[in-house]
Amino acid sequence: MTASPTSGGVRPLLRIHDIHTYYGHIHALQGISLDVYAGEIVTLLGANGAGKTTTLRTISGLIHPSAGKIEFDGADVTHVDAHMLVRHGLGHAPEGRRIFGRMTVRENLQMGAYTRHAGAELDADFERVYELFPRLRERRSQAGGTLSGGEQQMLAIGRALMTQPKVLLLDEPSMGLSPILVEQIFGVIESINKQGTTILLVEQNALMALGVAQRGYVLQTGRIVQSGPAQDLLNDPEVQKAYLGG
Amino acid sequence: MTDTRRQSPSGLRAVTGRIGSIAGHHQSLTILVGLALVGALLPLISAVPPFSGFGTQKDWVGGFADAGVFVLLAVGLNVVVGFAGLLDLGYAAFFAIGAYTYAYGASTFTGLQTPFWIMLVAGAVVAAVFGITLGAPTLRLRGDYLAIVTLGFGEIVPVVALNADTYTRGTNGIVGLAQPNAYGLFGITSFPITNPWPWYITVLGIIAIAFMILYRLEDSRLGRAWVAIREDELAAASMGINTISTKLLAFAIGASTSGLGGVFYAAKLGVVDPTQFHFDVSFTVLAMVVLGGMGNIWGVAVGAFVIFEIQHQGLKQLGAFIQSLNVPVFQVPVLGSVDLGGINFLKFQFLLYGLALVAMMLLRPEGLFPSRQRRHELHEVAEESEEAAEDTSEAVKGA
Repeated sequence: MTASPTSGGVRPLLRIHDIHTYYGHIHALQGISLDVYAGEIVTLLGANGAGKTTTLRTISGLIHPSAGKIEFDGADVTHVDAHMLVRHGLGHAPEGRRIFGRMTVRENLQMGAYTRHAGAELDADFERVYELFPRLRERRSQAGGTLSGGEQQMLAIGRALMTQPKVLLLDEPSMGLSPILVEQIFGVIESINKQGTTILLVEQNALMALGVAQRGYVLQTGRIVQSGPAQDLLNDPEVQKAYLGG
Repeated sequence: MTDTRRQSPSGLRAVTGRIGSIAGHHQSLTILVGLALVGALLPLISAVPPFSGFGTQKDWVGGFADAGVFVLLAVGLNVVVGFAGLLDLGYAAFFAIGAYTYAYGASTFTGLQTPFWIMLVAGAVVAAVFGITLGAPTLRLRGDYLAIVTLGFGEIVPVVALNADTYTRGTNGIVGLAQPNAYGLFGITSFPITNPWPWYITVLGIIAIAFMILYRLEDSRLGRAWVAIREDELAAASMGINTISTKLLAFAIGASTSGLGGVFYAAKLGVVDPTQFHFDVSFTVLAMVVLGGMGNIWGVAVGAFVIFEIQHQGLKQLGAFIQSLNVPVFQVPVLGSVDLGGINFLKFQFLLYGLALVAMMLLRPEGLFPSRQRRHELHEVAEESEEAAEDTSEAVKGA
């Protein structure tokens, strides 16, 4: 990993440059560029259908862009498949949680550690997830499908953490959760970040997301229409009108 | 809530759970002891009325050896359907490929006389190669679409065998397949056609090896990857699982088990022809897997054995039994004269499968001996929806 600083200072850990992604004939992403620097929480905001999930899936290698470039940790990963990117440190908690409903909580976390070998480090990571989400420890022998929505979201994040990500992609962690649970989840997201994991957070809940993020991008029908420090976006009249009900 | 429903069959489940946990700790030994026990006890059935009346011990043992072939097919298909969740309706194709591989390797047709034991390995390998060949173009398909493509492949193989008569002798089939050779072990050289015991013991041995390998695979990283793919392919990829190679391995391993069955079957029968591998075989094996309990190796094996015996002994005996009652021919309006004694129940086997499958789906959809996860899937739906309801009410309260 060549961490050579570029002219503008530190090189981003994750750099997306002008990517275009199609679903058949539908031009879902029309030239998206964004940077995520080590240690940051960056949020990607946008309405339904703006292309947030497509962006994350393109980054994580579940789908490949037809044009553009994705760099992760100094390497070109534009055409690297998802399962290889996980090994390189790109964790993804996909939209809709997608936990393994018939496996227990513990087995779900074990699936997260699929690419890793048993050992003290792995045990420490189980412990870390259980510390972050005590509910998961209580329910570790319970089938994932029987958890509540909030617990499933915790499990989805915990499972992604078990892959030991350098960058964690979170796709709408607040979806379908009560406000109290959303507060809780966002609190944990901040703790995970403080423990050293860089986070790219896709959200519809702009107020919460901008509350924890340092920077943000606003996505509209496949294009980035605005970007900047989270505080500026919070105060931006356009953003307020569109996403904050102001 | 579901407590009453859960507790009623708990006695049986506790017992199976107990056995399961013991088996989990000493797997290979348990398999060997279990199969040796089953293998030693089964032939005694010929001394137990009314089964003693159905045939001699040799008849029974010969039948069990044939049932063993279907046990192999069922545990192999279980890898594809039960573990990896890929619905394969053309599984008989790999059975055919195993059988024809033996016909090419050890018959007067090609003049080759490769030993049976080597051909077992060869049949498994060739079937695995075809498994990957079929698997590769279907990787992007799921569910119904995958089923249709595999169904097509299952039909292509016997049709090719039927029409490529220069290479397969078409409808006549390839005859003169060599008998396995025991090289003087227990005083047996070439397996005799009249004595079913060497066949029976051989198939038990093959099943034991297949069981040991499959149980190890189920517990391995690969086994867990199969389950993850069955549950959610996208999430599996997000865990770092290579979904392509994992699915291809399921096809390959499932096919190779079927190839073993094909080699044994061809050697025992001494002839292969295309009619032996039609869709009814694929369907029968799938029914065995579903009725036995998808995902559970022992369950599937028992399902295969029971269905095979019903098909080959049960229906025949039912006909004989009804005939022995001497029910007079009676008249029914519309139907005309009905002669119960003249019913050939073998002709109704697919009707009976159909009824059995419908009954199972209604009463015990997870099969007779379900795997733990299938049980979860089919019996905790009620709880899940309840949780979901709780969740939404929570959300409503919050809002």
